[in-house]
Amino acid sequence: MADTDKQALLQFLLRMGDNTLILGHRVSEWCGHAPVLEEDIALANTALDLIGQTQMWLDYAAEVQGEGKSADDLAFLRDAWDFRNVLLVELPNGDFGQTLMRQFLFDAWASIMLGRLQSSRDERVREIAEKASKEVAYHVERSADTVVGLGDGTEESHARMQAALDYLYPYVGELFESDAVDAAMAEAGIAPDPANLRAEYDALVGRVLADATLQVPEGAFVHRGGRDGAMHTEHLGHLLCTMQWLQRAYPGCQW
Amino acid sequence: MYAQMVKSSGKGVKSREEMTEQERDFQDRIDADVKIEPRDWMPEEYRKTLVRQIGQHAHSEIVGQLPEGNWITRAPTLERKMILLAKVQDEAGHGLYLYCAAETLGVSRDDLTEDLLSGKMKYSSIFNYPTLNWADIGAVGWLVDGAAIMNQVPLQRTSYGPYSRAMIRICKEESFHQRQGYDIMMKMAQGSPEQKRMAQDALNRFWYPSLMMFGPSDKDSVHSAQSMAWKIKINTNDELRQKFVDQTVPQAEYLGLSIPDEDLKWNEETGHYDFTEPDWKEFFDVIKGNGPCNTERMNDRTRAWEDGKWVREGLLAHGRKKAARKSAAKVAAE
Amino acid sequence: MSSVSPSPYPETESKEKTDRKEWPLWEIFIRGQHGLSHRHVGSLHAPDAEMAIKNARDVYTRRNEGVSIWVVESRHISATAPGEKGPLFEPSESKVYRHPTFFDIPDEVGHM
Repeated sequence: MADTDKQALLQFLLRMGDNTLILGHRVSEWCGHAPVLEEDIALANTALDLIGQTQMWLDYAAEVQGEGKSADDLAFLRDAWDFRNVLLVELPNGDFGQTLMRQFLFDAWASIMLGRLQSSRDERVREIAEKASKEVAYHVERSADTVVGLGDGTEESHARMQAALDYLYPYVGELFESDAVDAAMAEAGIAPDPANLRAEYDALVGRVLADATLQVPEGAFVHRGGRDGAMHTEHLGHLLCTMQWLQRAYPGCQW
Repeated sequence: MYAQMVKSSGKGVKSREEMTEQERDFQDRIDADVKIEPRDWMPEEYRKTLVRQIGQHAHSEIVGQLPEGNWITRAPTLERKMILLAKVQDEAGHGLYLYCAAETLGVSRDDLTEDLLSGKMKYSSIFNYPTLNWADIGAVGWLVDGAAIMNQVPLQRTSYGPYSRAMIRICKEESFHQRQGYDIMMKMAQGSPEQKRMAQDALNRFWYPSLMMFGPSDKDSVHSAQSMAWKIKINTNDELRQKFVDQTVPQAEYLGLSIPDEDLKWNEETGHYDFTEPDWKEFFDVIKGNGPCNTERMNDRTRAWEDGKWVREGLLAHGRKKAARKSAAKVAAE
Repeated sequence: MSSVSPSPYPETESKEKTDRKEWPLWEIFIRGQHGLSHRHVGSLHAPDAEMAIKNARDVYTRRNEGVSIWVVESRHISATAPGEKGPLFEPSESKVYRHPTFFDIPDEVGHM
């Protein structure tokens, strides 16, 4: 593989793996604190799936990188500027409604993206996408149901879900940004151009939000800077402080 | 244990002469190892004692999520994070099974939760101790789950059907919990000097609280005698504690860690280890609410309950609307 | 006198029965493998049937235990009344001819 292609593939894999790593971490923060036991258990399943997917993406990323690193090295020993997740997933959990709204907005994208990746020309990408697709198909069903249930629930739950949507929606656009990395991936037939997923996404999200009696916010402003690492939010550094602390404080140990 | 000092509220075991015919039949069934099922006749004291015991056990699983959950976001590798998350999730599942078992006795989960949050019902003393370093996650799996399993395995044979079935499921799922804890301890004990220090520190702090889990000696307790006659308690606290010490000492030796008890030694005569009893004054302090983390644990549970109210109500309201729309559509179609 | 009672469990002695905000209790049945019947595995709470199925998936099939899930709200289950154990079950005990071991088949006939 040409070096530029290799670099582009690595960036693509980091974007996929960092999204699931950071979101999985955020969702795992709920464990033991959810509104009802059944939701506690369901959220843990989602987090487990996401961290499992992270392992697959980052394993492959480390291999492509070819510096003898492991998925754990990539997860625990990079600083914020090297992370390639979208800003959406690093935002704090907020209340349960905000967490589930973020989950739905991400799941809807992931379900479409992984669907396309199942016909990737890269065999490893295809394999990972096949496994992850099954999990994400369930995630999006569950998060959509919960968004609908809370949107169309009580006055309070409706108001909270609308507030969550208003807060999160400006972070959705970044999922569909395209740059040179995406062009190279599309060119090589490894991954779709994210911009081409938008119409399908809008249809799916529009349907669910209508059932939830929620209004899609007006205005097209997009917060960006995560997937190219140009400017993350302040939240990511704190998340990494927690997540990476043991590995940083006691380097080189077996755990 | 997860259910410590459960009062049977009766006045001790009745002799056969004191029993009514119904009570005699009931005791005969238990003696013959026939399970009691939800709608079977049962003495009111049996029902009440079970609600307290199963409820306390369920609360312990739920509060027990917190000390280990404290390390999920700091787990040192992706695999450790997944294992720990799966384990803490199992505990939520076990709490759920146990609440359901209690619900077959005519109480609701929400009522039990409110009794926990108001302090009317208790949970195991062990979860009021903090997890301060990563080896604590190993020690909790190895010692705390080890002690719990010792109690739960015999409880699979308990006389109340739904409780017995919940325990069977729980034991099946829990088999990996103690092993993952010991696995962490092995890594730490064989690791860097700092890791060894963490492992010894964890054992030092969790040893006596683990012994306390079995509760004070109950050889003279009327409550325990009644619970044992009803087969909702299978062994005495002292029996289980001794068994735990006998099992754990060689495991600590294998790790190269020392148990914080200078008087611990093998007794040829009894075939058991002699050991120092935990400080029971500390135990009663913890039970009364003065353990290192009682306040934090209850604050966490209360916050989850109160912050979750709008979610539970919102989803319920939607469920009701959906049902109403369905039946309206059905009426319109007819 | 009826042999069935309206619910599998005794009535709850809820403190404020009128305005309960508690999610209903559901009984969960899972088909563990193709070809087997659904089996009762336990209960859980859910706001409606759809969520009950999803919760059942998350709670009771964490270790790949199922291929199909049924849920039914506990209050819709009718159960035999415990006191009636005699009349409902004893008659079949005398119908020993329903059990294969009732019949002596000569060994020469082979497996049947």
